[in-house]
Amino acid sequence: MGFIDVEGIQIKGVSTVVPKQVVYNKNYELLTLSEREMLIKTTGIKQRRVANKSTTTSDLAIEAANHLFDKVDWIRTEIDLLVFVTQSRDYYLPSTAVISQHKLGLSTSCIAFDIGLGCSGYVYGLSIIASMLKSGNLKKAILLAGDVSTISCNYNDKSAYPLFGDAGSATFIEKTNKKNKWSFDLNSDGSGEDAIKITDGGTRNLPSEDSFILKQFEGGIQRNGFNLALNGIDIFNFSVTTVPKSIKNFLTIKETDFDSIDYFVMHQANLIMNETIRKKLKLEPEKVPYSLAEYGNTSSASIPLTMALVESLKTNTVKLLLSGFGVGLSWGNALLENDAIPHLLINDYSHD
Amino acid sequence: MNIQELIEKLEEEIEEVEKGTLTPSTNIRNIDWWSSMHALVIIALVDIEYNVQVSGKDLKEIQTIQDLYDLIVKKS
Repeated sequence: MGFIDVEGIQIKGVSTVVPKQVVYNKNYELLTLSEREMLIKTTGIKQRRVANKSTTTSDLAIEAANHLFDKVDWIRTEIDLLVFVTQSRDYYLPSTAVISQHKLGLSTSCIAFDIGLGCSGYVYGLSIIASMLKSGNLKKAILLAGDVSTISCNYNDKSAYPLFGDAGSATFIEKTNKKNKWSFDLNSDGSGEDAIKITDGGTRNLPSEDSFILKQFEGGIQRNGFNLALNGIDIFNFSVTTVPKSIKNFLTIKETDFDSIDYFVMHQANLIMNETIRKKLKLEPEKVPYSLAEYGNTSSASIPLTMALVESLKTNTVKLLLSGFGVGLSWGNALLENDAIPHLLINDYSHD
Repeated sequence: MNIQELIEKLEEEIEEVEKGTLTPSTNIRNIDWWSSMHALVIIALVDIEYNVQVSGKDLKEIQTIQDLYDLIVKKS
């Protein structure tokens, strides 16, 4: 089992930038009015932020980091490590993290690399940074995480199009002498690779003329090879069975009671799925914040975006349970003891 | 568990249904409000209430509420 434990690592600030353009699910013309109502009620997603075609994940995440540099007294050249979690990178190569190192004005001695994960990515990113800070001669790190998923979703695919929003996040993480504990539980199951997939454009299915051809699927759904395909029922069943089981197991091994957790911040997939997980874990609604209604599923930015909506994190020392789950299949849980995080930011992208 | 209990839970969970209108032989796919979202609502309900996982494949074979009930019994 993939458990990681570290001590003295602290989040100093969390910042998310979202595109200005708001798209409302009540206006989604592929569904009848009553279907739209049902969709909004079931998924909990009223509206989403959608990036312009010229905006990349790194544009959003770099701006999110710059907002934090304005607030936190960190010097750019002191940053030892930059990790970028995304599945919508700027280029096939080079790595988006390396490009971001330069754009952020970080030192050339900064370690920078990408991690290609989605919904589970924020938890993975935190665990990798925490481990490297702990084992290396490193002190300060930045985790950039997010996706512009909407460019991959076909308007004519009602199973995916209304769910996703775009966002880029930045989290500042520091090694301290404190005794607070962080623990991680990380998992993978590639047998579920087809549950959420973009089939074309990688080396398995190189881009071709066929990739652009719109294909028909059950229920009037249309998409091409570059579009994201989502098997809602498979993902649902995986999430509501495997995720609560892994969380219960993780907390048992860490000898932690649900009562001792202040907030359970879940990846924001959709309301019925997240609520099913919450109910199975018997957690009070007050402990489970949501950003779904206003932002939809923002992939690896969903956890930092949701954290920013919890006011008390700004003033209180807390124990957080984080859980990211989805594409891969990949899932990870984290237990984080952290001091107050005074800088929790959400801003609109300035270039829209 | 009996089928009446399942029917009551479904009627409670699905807003479009008036109480007392569903029967074991109701074909859920022929109801005009049926959508893939209702499929998720039913899967979630069955998971929470009966701790039974209805797969996509199972769902394709279910026509009536009796079929759903039989599946729950079989998988419990």
